[in-house]
Amino acid sequence: MKPKELQVAAIENGTVIDHIPSEKLFDVVRLLHLEQMPHSITVGYNLKSQKMGRKSIIKIAGKFFSDSELNTLAVAVPNCSLVIIRDYSVVEKKKVTLPDTLIDTIHCPNPKCITNNEPMRTRFHVLNPALGIVRCDYCNRETTLAEVTVK
Amino acid sequence: MENRSLVSLVDYTKEKLVYLLQMAAEFERQPNRHLLDGKIVATLFFEPSTRTRLSFETAANRLGAKVIGFSDPKVTSSTKGETLKDTIMMVSNYADIIVMRHYLEGAARYASEIAPVPILNAGDGANQHPSQTMLDLYSIYKTQGTLENLDIYLVGDLKYGRTVHSLLTAMRHFNPTFHFIAPDELAMPEVWKSYCRDNNIRYVEHKEFDEDVIAGADILYMTRVQRERFTDLMEYERVKDRYLLKLPMLAKAKPNMRILHPLPRVNEIDYAIDETPYAYFFQQAKNGLYAREALICDALGITLDEIKA
Ligand SMILES: [Zn+2]
Repeated sequence: MKPKELQVAAIENGTVIDHIPSEKLFDVVRLLHLEQMPHSITVGYNLKSQKMGRKSIIKIAGKFFSDSELNTLAVAVPNCSLVIIRDYSVVEKKKVTLPDTLIDTIHCPNPKCITNNEPMRTRFHVLNPALGIVRCDYCNRETTLAEVTVK
Repeated sequence: MENRSLVSLVDYTKEKLVYLLQMAAEFERQPNRHLLDGKIVATLFFEPSTRTRLSFETAANRLGAKVIGFSDPKVTSSTKGETLKDTIMMVSNYADIIVMRHYLEGAARYASEIAPVPILNAGDGANQHPSQTMLDLYSIYKTQGTLENLDIYLVGDLKYGRTVHSLLTAMRHFNPTFHFIAPDELAMPEVWKSYCRDNNIRYVEHKEFDEDVIAGADILYMTRVQRERFTDLMEYERVKDRYLLKLPMLAKAKPNMRILHPLPRVNEIDYAIDETPYAYFFQQAKNGLYAREALICDALGITLDEIKA
């Protein structure tokens, strides 16, 4: 059997976010504020995936996120895989879960909402996690996560 | 300190609504009271609304407060790009309470989160207009002697009319039966019908708007059917006269029936009806004064007992 070839180099310690639909890669970057981080970050874009056809993967060396940070990913990539690496070994695998409240992670789709017209944080309540239905705390507009853009 | 702002009536309990109605009744008995001597009420109208502003300012004046503010956003620095936050923080330095109208939805909620003084929402875009709802409730209560078990007919624009949606929400505590009468394009949205079902509010949809339908009404709540709401102008031309209230249509009305309208009306209520005992819309507007006196006092922590004292 041919040894499994890594498409992206392994990291010693840190967090791997796998099974990202390729078009959602930059949503993940924004949600975790990766562009502001001093850590070494390796990105694999449009890699071949048996499960998904094409996928993206992000490896952040030396960084361990809190669950609440990681759970913000549920607004864009609810099916991504999280892998925690220590000393080149997988020590934990987890999935993201949608929190009850989304603070400053998505834009309100209502152009007449105050949050789109004032430098302020957005806040949504999750009404139905399974269907991804959320309500803006300000304008009360209900929407689905499929319709929103990441902040 | 507890935030006493009023952004929306949605979360108010039945007891709280009844309490505010009792307060309004107290102000109707005697509107002029020196409860707010030495206080300053700011009225910030980022969107002009003469009717609502005059009502709030009269309420403040009758309570003995002084009023500052603006009625036209063109004179403020928000047109120079000042944020809502900065305007609210600046005015909070001067006033004990801020009455605010804004064209953006959610503006009142945001202001209430940042302001050190209470915010009274005088309308935020298509979102909420709680003082209108309060005066509607008070008008229904006063004319019917109760809010319980009433047949309330909503006529006209049930799609965009925020007053009718707020009324549905506020009345859910009182076992009403709602009747919806609207052109297809402006029918009560499905989301509100499902709200009714979730909250055990009975509703009936009528195709006709005539004396036989009106015969069942305790409250006939009329709204404007506006041309600009229609995507199909042929449709507008076809239905525009069907939702006008004419005198003969009241032939079978119950004696207690009263006609409400959030005003301004255009032609949806025949002027001949003004002379009948069914017409209540001008008194309804006057009730706004008492309702707003109650809301201002409640936001400033003044209790019913203190008002009665
Ligand atoms: Zn919103």
